[in-house]
Amino acid sequence: MQIPFERAVREHGATVLRVCRAALGVGADADDAWSETFLAALRAWDGLADDTNVEAWLVRIAQRKAIDVTRARARRAVPTDTVADSPAPDNDHAEVWHEVTVWHEVAKLPERQRLALAYHYLGGLTHVETADVIGGSPDAVRRAAADGIKTLRRTYAPKTGPA
Amino acid sequence: MNTELFPVDHDDLAALHARLTRAADREGLLDLVYRTLDTPIGTLLLAATDRGLVRVAFEREGFDAVLDALAAKISPRILDDTARLEDTARQLDEYFAGARRTFDLQIDYRLSSGFRQVVQRYLSHIGYGHTATYKQVAETVGKPRAVRAVGSACATNPLPVIVPCHRVLRTDGGLGGYLGGLEVKATLLDLEHAA
Repeated sequence: MQIPFERAVREHGATVLRVCRAALGVGADADDAWSETFLAALRAWDGLADDTNVEAWLVRIAQRKAIDVTRARARRAVPTDTVADSPAPDNDHAEVWHEVTVWHEVAKLPERQRLALAYHYLGGLTHVETADVIGGSPDAVRRAAADGIKTLRRTYAPKTGPA
Repeated sequence: MNTELFPVDHDDLAALHARLTRAADREGLLDLVYRTLDTPIGTLLLAATDRGLVRVAFEREGFDAVLDALAAKISPRILDDTARLEDTARQLDEYFAGARRTFDLQIDYRLSSGFRQVVQRYLSHIGYGHTATYKQVAETVGKPRAVRAVGSACATNPLPVIVPCHRVLRTDGGLGGYLGGLEVKATLLDLEHAA
């Protein structure tokens, strides 16, 4: 790939972060997966064909890194009875609150919906490609992503615009 | 895709970018780093390899085009790394403030070859506040008839300001040419005379 790597980070960094957060939740795990994704991409960058769809390629790497991080987390996990609560709404920091809480809501979705959302809706992989990485049929991916979005939209109905 | 529902904070991405750059650097994966710097002659792009500063570019050249060319000629493994070019930026700041007359930097001349590189390496011997003509430079490097080639070596200098091609003028005292524009060349000469 002849494109300066920096451009790939700038153009696709946000998408890859959304994918990692949807798959792993906001925090250190998603950050680790993001970093590992771009490090792996940088290692392979020279040899990558020029006509590669860079975003889809990155999303597929992110999917593998998310699995690595999930496995590492399982190995070091400590059982706990309590689950952290979502932060309380704060009107002065509505945007920040939204940014944190939307990922908490994503985390509450059933796993298939969450992963369909991560790789299809946010990562831009096709239904077929997403089914390929998370299993199941393309049609099931389509339904899972749509159901997940429907749930989130119920929680985050737009404040303005037609009712 | 509606990304408004899934905002990503710019600061979060900036922190991840900085972490990526450090990790890539540690693993020796970076062939080129760059940053931009605001100066009195406009924003400059500074790029370096592990051998040293390899390119200084003016905004009018188009930074995307400059990075594309660096990717093609050297390597596409490029990241923005402001920290690693901090010393270069500081020295340029001092130069533009009139507080520095020579640069103490490692230079990577790989973007120029043959006679052009010979000329460009020589240019740093023209001291701060001094000028030479294209003809004098041609004579000094031992090719008295290569005046036009000296001109093109100056015009293709990949390291303007640092390698002082702005100190080379026409025999009749005219400014000659300058990649950054004649106004910039005049500004640099004024700065050096005034300081």
